[in-house]
Amino acid sequence: MKHVKTILLVALITVFSAFTLVGKGYKVGDIADDFKLKNIDGKMVSLADYTDAKGFIIVFTCNTCPYSVANEDRLNALDAKYKEKGYPVIAINPNNPDVQPGDSFKLMKVRAKEKGFTFPYLFDEGQKVYPKYGATRTPHVYILNKEQEGLRVKYIGAIDDSSRNEAGVKTKYVEDAVDALLSGKELKTTNTRAIGCSIKV
Amino acid sequence: MLRNLFLSCFVIAMSCKAEKKSEELASGIVNKSIKVVDFEGLEPFLRANDDKTYVVNFWATWCKPCVKELPYFQELDDAYEDENLKILLVSLDFPEKLNDKLIPFIEKYQLQQEVILLDAPNENEWIPKVDSSWSGAIPATLIFTKSKHAFYEQSFTKEQLFDEVEKFTKNTKI
Repeated sequence: MKHVKTILLVALITVFSAFTLVGKGYKVGDIADDFKLKNIDGKMVSLADYTDAKGFIIVFTCNTCPYSVANEDRLNALDAKYKEKGYPVIAINPNNPDVQPGDSFKLMKVRAKEKGFTFPYLFDEGQKVYPKYGATRTPHVYILNKEQEGLRVKYIGAIDDSSRNEAGVKTKYVEDAVDALLSGKELKTTNTRAIGCSIKV
Repeated sequence: MLRNLFLSCFVIAMSCKAEKKSEELASGIVNKSIKVVDFEGLEPFLRANDDKTYVVNFWATWCKPCVKELPYFQELDDAYEDENLKILLVSLDFPEKLNDKLIPFIEKYQLQQEVILLDAPNENEWIPKVDSSWSGAIPATLIFTKSKHAFYEQSFTKEQLFDEVEKFTKNTKI
C-alpha cells in the first residue's frame, strides 16, 4: 500500500510539473504583483510610486541582445508618446550578469546613457521578478492596466510586427493596445510572439 | 617591338580578368552553401517525407547559449553518421550580417551541418507554425519524424540532446 501511495505521489508530481513547465507566469487577464527594483540612478522603484499612472508598459530587455538593441529607439518613442497619457515605459533587465557579463548593473548605466533612455531601467537582482511574469526572452512586453482589483495584465508580447527592422513595421501592437486602453475599447490583439534572446540565468 | 608591347598588354589584361573571375567564383561558392529563405522556403524543411529523424535547431551567432550547444549537434551528427539522422541549423542572424558574421563564423567553427538563414518578417505569424508553444526565444530545437514531433524552447546539455534524439531514432528502428 505504501508503495502504491509513493507511485501515485510520484505520478502526481510528474503530471503537475509537466503542466507547470508549460506557460509559467501571468496570462492576459491576471493581476500582476508590484515589485521593488533598483534603478540605474541607484533609487528603488515600485509601480506603486506612480500614483498618477493609469498603467504601465513593462518591458524585459537588456544591453546585449541584438533584438533588444534594435528596439531601444522604439522604447524611447513609446515612453515619449505614452508617459504623459498615463502609461510610462518601465524597463527591467532580467539577465544574470554572472552568465552574461555585458548585462551588469554598471553596463546598464552606460547603455542607458548612450541611448538616452527616458524611462527607468531596473535591475532584476537575483532574477526574481521575470519568472513571476513568465517572461522568456528579451525584449518581452507586458502592458498593465490599473483597475480596482489591481494591475491587470492586458497584453503580452512584442512591440510590433518587425522587431529586427523598424522600417518594416506594419502593425504596432503595443501602441494599438495602449490606444485601445486610453479610449476604453477592447484590445484587438492581446498575445503576440517575436524572436528574442533567451533570458540568461 | 610594338607587337610585343601589345601582346604583353593583352596578357596582363587577360590575367587580371581571369583573376577577377576566380574571386567571384570563390565567393559565389561560399554564398551558395548558405541558403537564405523566407518562412515559405523553410516550411519544407519542417516536414519529413521519409523515414529519417530530423533535428532543426534555431540559433544565431550572437546567441551565447546557442553557440555553446552547437558542438553537441556536431557530436550528434558524428554519432549517427550511418543512421538516418539529418541536422539543419536555421540561423536567425540579421540578413545584412550574412557576409560579415554568419559566413566567417561557419568557417571559423567549421560547421559541417547544413546552415540556412531565415529572413522572415512578421514573426507573430510564422513562430506558431513552427510550434504552437514557442514564445520566440532562442535557442529552440525541433525534433521530428514522419509520425512524431517534439519542440524544445531551451538550451541542451549534450546528454539531454542525445537522450531526446534517441527517443526518436529508437522508434524509427522498431
